[in-house]
Amino acid sequence: MQAVLEHSPPAGATARTTKRTGFLLLSPSVLILLVWSIVPLIMTLWYSLQNYNLVDPTLHGFAGIDNYWYLLTDPDFLHALLNTLVLVAGVLVISIGGATLLAVLYDQEFFGRGIARIMVISPFFIMPTVSALLWKNLMLHPIYGVYSAMMRAVGLTPIDWLARFPLMTVMMIVAWEWLPFAVLILLTAVQSLDGEQREAARMDGAGPIARFRYIILPHLGRAISVVVMIETIYLLTIFAEISVTTAGGPGVASTNLAYLIYSRALLQFDVGGASAGGVVAIVIANIVAIFLVRAVARNLEA
Amino acid sequence: MATVELKNLRKTYLTEEIIKGISLSIEEHEFVVFVGPSGCGKSTLLRMIAGLEDITSGDLLIDGQRVNDVEPGKRGLAMVFQSYALYPHMNVYKNMEFGLKLSGMPEAERRAKIENVARTLQLEPYLNHKPGQLSGGQRQRVAIGRAIVRNPKVFLFDEPLSNLDAALRGQMRVELSALHRKLGATTIYVTHDQVEAMTMADKIVVLQKGVVEQIGSPLELYHHPRNLFVARFIGSPPMNFFSAIFQGGDAAGSSVQLRDGSTLYVPVTSPGLLPGTKVTVGIRPEHVELASSGPNSGVVEVIERLGAITLVHVRMPDGEIIVVQTDGAVLTDVNSPISLTLPPRNCHLFAPDGLAFEACHRHPLAA
Repeated sequence: MQAVLEHSPPAGATARTTKRTGFLLLSPSVLILLVWSIVPLIMTLWYSLQNYNLVDPTLHGFAGIDNYWYLLTDPDFLHALLNTLVLVAGVLVISIGGATLLAVLYDQEFFGRGIARIMVISPFFIMPTVSALLWKNLMLHPIYGVYSAMMRAVGLTPIDWLARFPLMTVMMIVAWEWLPFAVLILLTAVQSLDGEQREAARMDGAGPIARFRYIILPHLGRAISVVVMIETIYLLTIFAEISVTTAGGPGVASTNLAYLIYSRALLQFDVGGASAGGVVAIVIANIVAIFLVRAVARNLEA
Repeated sequence: MATVELKNLRKTYLTEEIIKGISLSIEEHEFVVFVGPSGCGKSTLLRMIAGLEDITSGDLLIDGQRVNDVEPGKRGLAMVFQSYALYPHMNVYKNMEFGLKLSGMPEAERRAKIENVARTLQLEPYLNHKPGQLSGGQRQRVAIGRAIVRNPKVFLFDEPLSNLDAALRGQMRVELSALHRKLGATTIYVTHDQVEAMTMADKIVVLQKGVVEQIGSPLELYHHPRNLFVARFIGSPPMNFFSAIFQGGDAAGSSVQLRDGSTLYVPVTSPGLLPGTKVTVGIRPEHVELASSGPNSGVVEVIERLGAITLVHVRMPDGEIIVVQTDGAVLTDVNSPISLTLPPRNCHLFAPDGLAFEACHRHPLAA
């Protein structure tokens, strides 16, 4: 015991040295990550306070809050904000609602279940740009799209979906892409439900609907909140699908915040205005993230 | 309270027959235990009664009514599962309330019932707890409470104590017996633990490979096993077996010749066997007596001292091992020679087909 006590100070020193070495070894990657995220953030903040338009070099200098003022009073901005929320909420509802039902369905035994599962997962492996193009040209095209052919076959007039219901169509495409992810998570969750619990519910006289409502849905609560969080983070920044299908139009009918910033910066070359949009987007994303993380954390603790 | 009757019940999975025609009748208030090694079909049989498994053929009658095609929730049964199967997102109160709520019982009545049961099971302080906050024994009680509040005709238990530690298992066993005495409900209980079977049952059903080996009271099974399987399965440590030659019998008993040449006159009737037939002699470790000299001598190979009792494993000259349960303070050493006395009244004889010879006198406790 005595010997151990006598040896302890050097041991502590070793621990300190080890800790310092650890910090030193970690620092390059931490530094790079810091530079990677902090420098663009500071540059964005700086540009957002500047008059800076690539096509008009004569207009420059400090702009104060003008960029923010123009952005926040621009009806397009409010429209884009609303579109963003509608898009996120709509895709969440469709993908999670559909996935919950599919997960329960795919949990049953039926012939060809393995193949059916692979097929329901497969949209997730397709790049957003590719799937948007597929939907636009192969499925929804008013002249040679599959849906148009189907509608003509039963005597209806084909609809130009992307022109008539641009936001709904984009929502549908994105939901199609995200449904597999939700199915994957929720299916594993359904399968982790203890079989004896379902049987106990049957013994308690619960039919299929009561079992779904009182046993399966509560069991899925956590998994659903995780899906909501992950999907929201990605859905706030939908870009490829809009760019490929509608380019935000007609007008700003399908422009969300990410696309608005893009169009300001790279279509109108207004670096200052786009940066202001970027800062607003960061603020909104963080507000959403705080609420979500809290809600999910509470759900996970319970 | 109700009777349950099984008439030639069969269950086939794909092509394999799991339950091979079981007939059984369970009286009102009776506590029936299904025992058997794992894979014998005891749980399947219980689940068929519960309605969680389809019945391939045969009839299941509860209170004289055929319920083969009745939904599990409508058979008037309640089941306690091995994993308890409590609903994790509901508190104790809601767990017990779920079935009552689905049956459309009014709120006030539900509350009165649940509080009454909670009082009986000492669950009152935990009504607002979620199952995750309870210990194993408390969860077990909630599962039992959930079964009791529904006031079922028959209670079904599927190895309910196997997830508890030994001390708690002993305690819950006593509590369950007391509860059964109090409620007087018809109960079917599945276990692989013969202590549970022996202590709780009015009637034990020993199953093997989907077939009933014997039905009887615990002591009937212990004193008068119908065949080799039951003799081996009931009793711990298991019965000793060794072969012998049947010599002949009369009304008072049958005599057999043991390997060492000595004869044993056992008070069992011989079922028309020819002298010279090879039979099996069985005797429980607690009935063999140690002697310092005499016939049946062997060498002590292993001694297990359990405090109150000692198990002595004796290697006989023909290589067989006979286990003797004796006093805890017995002074015997490994490798020392020893003789065994086999009291004939405690010996069992088994014919080549495994069936036991009928005893001339029934044991008073197993009438």
